[in-house]
Amino acid sequence: MSDEHNGSSVPAPRDEHGEVIGVRRGMFGANNGGDTSGYGGLVRTVALPGASSRPYGGWFDEVADELEGALEEQGLVPENAIEKTVVDRDELTFHIAREHLVNVAKTLRDDPALRFELCTGVSGVHFPGDKGRELHAVYHLRSLTHGRLIRVEVSTPDEDRHLPSLVPVYPTNDWHEREAYDFFGLVFDGHPALTRIMMPDDWQGFPQRKDYPLGGIPVEYKGAQIPAPDQRRSYS
Amino acid sequence: MTTPHATPRATTEGTVYTVTGGDWDEIVENAAASDDERIIVNMGPQHPSTHGVLRLILEIDGETVTEARCGIGYLHTGIEKNLEFRSWTQGTTFVTRMDYLTPFFNETAYCLGVEKLLGIEDQIPDRATVLRVLLMELNRLSSHLVCIATGGMELGATTIMIYGFRDRELVLDLFELITGLRMNHAFVRPGGLAQDLPPGAVDQLREFVKTMKKNLPEYDALATGNPIFKARMQDVGYLDLTGCMALGATGPILRSAGLPHDLRKTDPYCGYETYDFEVPTADSCDAYGRFLIRLEEMRQSLRIIEQCIDRLEPGPVMVADKKIAWPAQLALGPDGLGNSLDHIKKIMGTSMEALIHHFKLVTEGFRVPVGQAYTAVESPKGELGVHVVSDGGTRPYRVHFRDPSFTNLQAMAAMCEGGQVADVIVAVASIDPVMGGVDR
Repeated sequence: MSDEHNGSSVPAPRDEHGEVIGVRRGMFGANNGGDTSGYGGLVRTVALPGASSRPYGGWFDEVADELEGALEEQGLVPENAIEKTVVDRDELTFHIAREHLVNVAKTLRDDPALRFELCTGVSGVHFPGDKGRELHAVYHLRSLTHGRLIRVEVSTPDEDRHLPSLVPVYPTNDWHEREAYDFFGLVFDGHPALTRIMMPDDWQGFPQRKDYPLGGIPVEYKGAQIPAPDQRRSYS
Repeated sequence: MTTPHATPRATTEGTVYTVTGGDWDEIVENAAASDDERIIVNMGPQHPSTHGVLRLILEIDGETVTEARCGIGYLHTGIEKNLEFRSWTQGTTFVTRMDYLTPFFNETAYCLGVEKLLGIEDQIPDRATVLRVLLMELNRLSSHLVCIATGGMELGATTIMIYGFRDRELVLDLFELITGLRMNHAFVRPGGLAQDLPPGAVDQLREFVKTMKKNLPEYDALATGNPIFKARMQDVGYLDLTGCMALGATGPILRSAGLPHDLRKTDPYCGYETYDFEVPTADSCDAYGRFLIRLEEMRQSLRIIEQCIDRLEPGPVMVADKKIAWPAQLALGPDGLGNSLDHIKKIMGTSMEALIHHFKLVTEGFRVPVGQAYTAVESPKGELGVHVVSDGGTRPYRVHFRDPSFTNLQAMAAMCEGGQVADVIVAVASIDPVMGGVDR
């Protein structure tokens, strides 16, 4: 079996189970009324791509080796810092434990074999179904020296939305972290001035969380009432 | 004695004046009378020179800016949140409105992300990809023209403004011919394009290239060697390579610091590696260098456009997979562009299956496999990155745009502090921020 995965053209094998973020029931978004389609009993698990096993393919192995080696040199156990490594759609993602984020980022930036000099900011994602890791902060790091791009993902539980700020390592993240705080309530400890950036200072709630409604009013079009976008039928 | 335009108000923080124009002398007199030299000026959010609704908060000591900060968010429209309540294809109608001067870059970056999630990058027809490149390069011209035009106007050089908007109009005419709209096109769709080039478009494109080759040297003649222009631009808005890397500045700002980083070369997409063009740089790290880079990039864009025209081969502009390809059979009707009557006649009258398919795809959309993707394009302002997350549904789970204007605008403080008030405008203009993209 293992021989099959050694060719570089073969995608890295994935843990079939992945990270379950929810369950999808039925079809066509018909949740009330009789099950006229016969698909009402359909249950499907929604799982994000799970951890990959080696080899990751291409330069991914080199970056993973260098990162693990550099962390070991600093006296860290790589398995503690890197929760898992995912290769999906030709993209390499390191899931990093939040307490190690600053160290890992500094290593990724400074190690001559890694040199991810450019951080393209942080994007928050809210997975209410991912229990204990509801909020994800996703960083994309670009190496101009080597022409590579990797993704670093950190998750926090909803009850404790703290993670260290990367502004000391990548000053460009100043506004990006303020944006993620503004929209998701992620608190970046150590940020020089973590205030709202898009919404007014006195705004209540964090608009891009999944439990925050979109809002909107029904509109009349050619005599028909069109419900607000979040009230329209959604297809499960 | 005070005019109603500049009524002073005493507050705990000091005297506050609301200035609406023409009464600056009075403020200066009043300020001179008090012993405090330090003034905090709130520029915007409605000042015409602020590229939309940007608010600059400047602490000035005499003519020197000691601290500069941006207040943004006045144009936040919640596009990213709205995307989560629309189908994947409807997304293009939203993202095109983010940075409204670079609609084709927003659309293409988003569609490349969706296509990566779908795993259909290899199935996009060549003609669609060539046309995407063509539209993006035309768009680079129009965006740079606006930057140079408004930048000139902010210096008081209204001729540059007239020239810039004159030429931009030519690009917008082409956009209107090809997509039907001057802005907010929603023309690039997941899987390809909304429709093919209309008849006569190639001739008009060639005509345009010819006109632009004649017009572009006029900017050189008017501005490049102009001593007043140079005096206002040189050494203003200084940001060196270290500053650019730390602040994440990309695009002309980074290239004005001497680094030839351009995603079209370093991380090619849409087949850019097969086009022949150069990445101009400067080593002056200032507003003048950025101006020269933009001028040269327009010339390079014209080169790419010419290559695109030569490469256009007849063929489809939408992916063959009918489960993804939007069933847009567009035609010009008496009330404008809409679904072709022939197509409607066929699905309504002769093919029940086609009707169901059309209805399902338009109302429900297609499902995108679970996962996330990051795609980036080199917009006229820098790296435009899109982080797309799908939960396997018919709607995007999360779409985040890393807009270059947003990131580059952070460099405003570094460029302006220690300089003169008048140079703030030049520095901000050299960043070329568009608030629609900054605030999204």
